[in-house]
Amino acid sequence: MCLAVPAKVVAIDGAFAKVDVEGNIREAGIRLVPDVKVGDYVLVHAGFVVEIVDPQAAEETLAIFREALKAEEGAI
Amino acid sequence: MNGQAPNVAATQAFSDRAVAQALAARIARRAAEIGRPVNLMEVCGTHTVAISRFGLRSLLPPSVRLLSGPGCPVCVTDQGDIDLFLALARQPGVITTTFGDMMRVPGSETTLATEKAAGRDVRVVYSPLNALQVAKANPGRLVLFYAVGFETTAPMVAAALEMALEQGLTNFAIYPVHKTVPPALAALLAAPAVKLDGFILPGHVSTVIGAGAYAPVVERFHIPSVISGFEGNDILLAVDMLLAQIAAGEAKVEIEYRRVVTWEGNRTAQEMLDRFFVPVGAKWRGIGMIPGSGLELRPEYARLDARNRFDTPALAAQLPPPPPKLAACSCGEVLQGIKLPTECLLFGKTCTPVSPVGPCMVSNEGSCAAYYRYERRPRLAEGGVEPWVN
Ligand code: SF4
Repeated sequence: MCLAVPAKVVAIDGAFAKVDVEGNIREAGIRLVPDVKVGDYVLVHAGFVVEIVDPQAAEETLAIFREALKAEEGAI
Repeated sequence: MNGQAPNVAATQAFSDRAVAQALAARIARRAAEIGRPVNLMEVCGTHTVAISRFGLRSLLPPSVRLLSGPGCPVCVTDQGDIDLFLALARQPGVITTTFGDMMRVPGSETTLATEKAAGRDVRVVYSPLNALQVAKANPGRLVLFYAVGFETTAPMVAAALEMALEQGLTNFAIYPVHKTVPPALAALLAAPAVKLDGFILPGHVSTVIGAGAYAPVVERFHIPSVISGFEGNDILLAVDMLLAQIAAGEAKVEIEYRRVVTWEGNRTAQEMLDRFFVPVGAKWRGIGMIPGSGLELRPEYARLDARNRFDTPALAAQLPPPPPKLAACSCGEVLQGIKLPTECLLFGKTCTPVSPVGPCMVSNEGSCAAYYRYERRPRLAEGGVEPWVN
């Protein structure tokens, strides 16, 4: 039930954003994330944007994955 | 935070198989170092489903056990609340709206799905905003919304209430059964039925409340805790981080899901919650009363509570006592990590997703449903059990 889907903001119109969820355009309320901008990646839950995805933090987690991969390959 | 995109490939890397193997190897080494079994509880139902769907248990050494927790809001909704809500749904002139997960949750005598089949106006909505639209389109009728969910969902309901007030909609009311996670964790640790060595904390609840919200519980009970994302490798990395804490004898709140979770959380959402709701004690199905774990509308918004639109005490007095047969359901133990779903005598026999006995089998996020759907493959391969069709 706490599932939130990733989406990209394609337009903002007042209290709502148009978001692209895997190619489908949906409306999502932005009352809880007022500083969202067109082009942001966001999480959408129950008709509202919950949070903006931080691309830099995403990249840092991916770097941890790459490191783990390298370390384990080295270990074999 | 600029508009620079985390690309699609990046998303795939969160579930890349080679990375999963590497993380699994690291986990196995750390587990061997620790040298004793560890019980990690994934608190959130969405994690339970992800763990089953990605088959993560098969990647972990046997000494690392993943136990489900109380994080399926539908599953923990008290039977008394379900029965009372069903009674309200039967009142003349009412339109009932609900998230789909609640439709088949068995009350003592009936379900919302049964009521709908009997001709009552019950509508599944994806968002409380849809419920507002129904209210707008039906000014002569009272539209009820069954407000189920943790801190992820409650702010959305609060935002919808704010919109209802702004739009002057007077024919809209909610039945709030929202629950909050940190008090439930404290309750589990204060009276441990199972020794827990760490928590995989819910990702989306945490986007709202922030990692800092867990700090008091984590310090008080010295319990290693990591907030995890929902892809396979997110969860494996969270397990790895937990084992590192355990090996070092540490207990702190760490964030694996850093792309959306911060220490402070979403302040706007917290303010929205605070504007409409106050914490109250709440009953959790299978667990009991947990102080401060529910959300009640503030007195100034009492009109927005569905129970204040009816002679609720009279309706409550007419409710049937819960039938004893539910006692055979082990949902309460499953929700506390005491039992695995497969250890319930009814699992897959009397109780299946097609005819569920308990809520843990009804909800898509219930542990029993997740196990039924994804973790019976060996038995399916033996040819004995009918496949669960989506
Ligand atoms: S399998 Fe069914 S009866 Fe058993 S605990 Fe789960 S929901 Fe309850």
